[in-house]
Amino acid sequence: MTLNNKQTQEDGTQGLVSADQTMSGMPLESIYEPSGDVPDNIGRPGAYPFTRGPYETMYRGKPWTMRMFAGFGTPEQTNERFLKLLQAGQTGLSTAFDMPTLMGRDPDDPHSLGEVGREGVNVATLDDMERLFAGIQLDQVSVSMTINASASVALAYYVLIAEKQGVAANQLRGTIQNDMLKEFIAQKEWIVGVKPSMRIIRDMLGWCTKEMPKFHPVSISGYHIREAGATAVQELAFTLADGLGYVDAGLEAGLDVDEFAPRLSFFFDVHNDFFEEIAKLRAARRMWARFMKERYNAKSERSMLLRTHCQTAGVSLTAQQPLNNVARVALQGLAAVLGGTQSLHTNSLDETYALPTEEAATVALRTQQILADEAGVAKVVDPLGGSWFVEELTDQIEAAATELIKQIDGMGGIVQSVEEGFPQKEIAKSAYDFQRRVESGDEIIVGINRYSQEQAGVGIPTLKIDPDVEPNQIERLKAYRQKRDQAATDESLNALAELCRNPDANIMPAVLQAGRAGATLGEICHVYRDVFGEYRDPGGF
Amino acid sequence: MSKGRILIAKPGLDGHDRGAKVVARGLRDAGFEVIYTGLHQTPEMIARAALDEDVDAVGISIMSGAHMTLMPRIAKLLQEQEQGGVLIFGGGIIPDDDITTLKEAGIQEIFTPGTTIGQIAQWLNERLAE
Repeated sequence: MTLNNKQTQEDGTQGLVSADQTMSGMPLESIYEPSGDVPDNIGRPGAYPFTRGPYETMYRGKPWTMRMFAGFGTPEQTNERFLKLLQAGQTGLSTAFDMPTLMGRDPDDPHSLGEVGREGVNVATLDDMERLFAGIQLDQVSVSMTINASASVALAYYVLIAEKQGVAANQLRGTIQNDMLKEFIAQKEWIVGVKPSMRIIRDMLGWCTKEMPKFHPVSISGYHIREAGATAVQELAFTLADGLGYVDAGLEAGLDVDEFAPRLSFFFDVHNDFFEEIAKLRAARRMWARFMKERYNAKSERSMLLRTHCQTAGVSLTAQQPLNNVARVALQGLAAVLGGTQSLHTNSLDETYALPTEEAATVALRTQQILADEAGVAKVVDPLGGSWFVEELTDQIEAAATELIKQIDGMGGIVQSVEEGFPQKEIAKSAYDFQRRVESGDEIIVGINRYSQEQAGVGIPTLKIDPDVEPNQIERLKAYRQKRDQAATDESLNALAELCRNPDANIMPAVLQAGRAGATLGEICHVYRDVFGEYRDPGGF
Repeated sequence: MSKGRILIAKPGLDGHDRGAKVVARGLRDAGFEVIYTGLHQTPEMIARAALDEDVDAVGISIMSGAHMTLMPRIAKLLQEQEQGGVLIFGGGIIPDDDITTLKEAGIQEIFTPGTTIGQIAQWLNERLAE
């Protein structure tokens, strides 16, 4: 059986023009294959083990989704950016939250000092979520929310504002990142420890599978692992191992693997080494398909499909000669496309200085549009399939990542190995090795240790965040607390605490009820802190 | 003999600790005694650690955009506890326009992306010798 991607056309991206010929009129097939048998470990696009891509027709059927991550300041400011993006024809949104929201802290919490609205949009209440999506019909868009430790609250608020619009949860399309394992491994945004975090995810998986069948309840993310310093092989191995951890959590929630595995999605980094990144994505699909078939006895091919979002490597950008970053992003974006990504975010040239300006973000989006519409690279499915080099490199990366996953299995699985700090230590080692290679000149970075210039970064415009965002959000929060029914709020938080203490219960209905009653994001997360205990950085370097 | 005691600090809610850890390791390998605070520290916790550990310099790493609030506050607290002589340096995602203001607030140097550990070590050696 081969899978066609027609069913998944969820966005309004324009189709390819004249995909059946080159610029000069040479005829093109959609797929090129050997005349004899296709090797088993490569297969055909859209067929097990999906090395050549999750869909038969790939970008001929549907170009990748150009999904640009956005969020800053107040909910209104980000809403304005969202409406602009939608007017420009984008039908998928991707939300960046600020640090207090991600860490489950209200804006008036002492830990939030100076952070409100800086790195993303601040959402502390149900009202904030409503303002963020004002004027947007939630059954018409697919919304991605990059949020993890406090994801249960963001999801509840999102479901509740949709309900107000008259849109049922089962109509909502989108993704919530909700990948806590990679937080402990790499991004370090947490509230409670590894095991209670996995319990919350288990409950979300259970609830979403029943109530939100069109929604992706976890996006298993290698991006942050790579950005923290992992090699491509480490990124692949730790990410797939995390994925196995979530499959185990779903099974623990009492679900059948084929009930929820098709809703798991992935998110990879695309770094500088062009062919290695392509091979990594191809190896990822093959490995995941095999794990799902052989380890979990999945029956549905949809459970075996690794579908992924990709983002170009923020960490590869340089502050020196920042215009050069446009070239880096274009090459990384090309690698993502040749690797068969389903959606892509391209970074902006100014991101070593601040959140991107609108102009810089537009150049990044145009880079994707040039790849899709001018470069012709999307016309033929997996054009590098069968390349001796790329197939060999795919095998090598698969073998090395498989070895690392075996090591994790040997420790008792990913949850155990994360609690012991194994991936964390491996990544810190790789990050330091890389820095030493840059300093010794073994690793070349143009503009840093070769072709450097004096005063190379000065003078590019950067985005400024209005300093009034923080006091304004605090004022609003206070007003929100004033007008709510305090007794009902307290009661809902107590009910949530009660369910948290019962390991067999599902907490999601109580989170929804707390949101409905008027509890703030920080208050709900305080319940988690109270019941499960706050997690603290073990430190060390 | 140690070239000096350095506190590497991660204030605020920002969890991006790659830079802080690489610099901590690098300075240790360059002969400094390095203490790392770990993540999610308030300015007060950092000032307290600087005092308790009796350090010669404090290096502050911030990627979350909160540097204009948090870095000057740490500098002020260090001054208040009469550690005015402690060197303060910083790094992270910091626009050029903010660097002047931070220097006026008592952050002696800002090392932006692309800086080598060698450059930071050299700066510390020179300033600590003064």
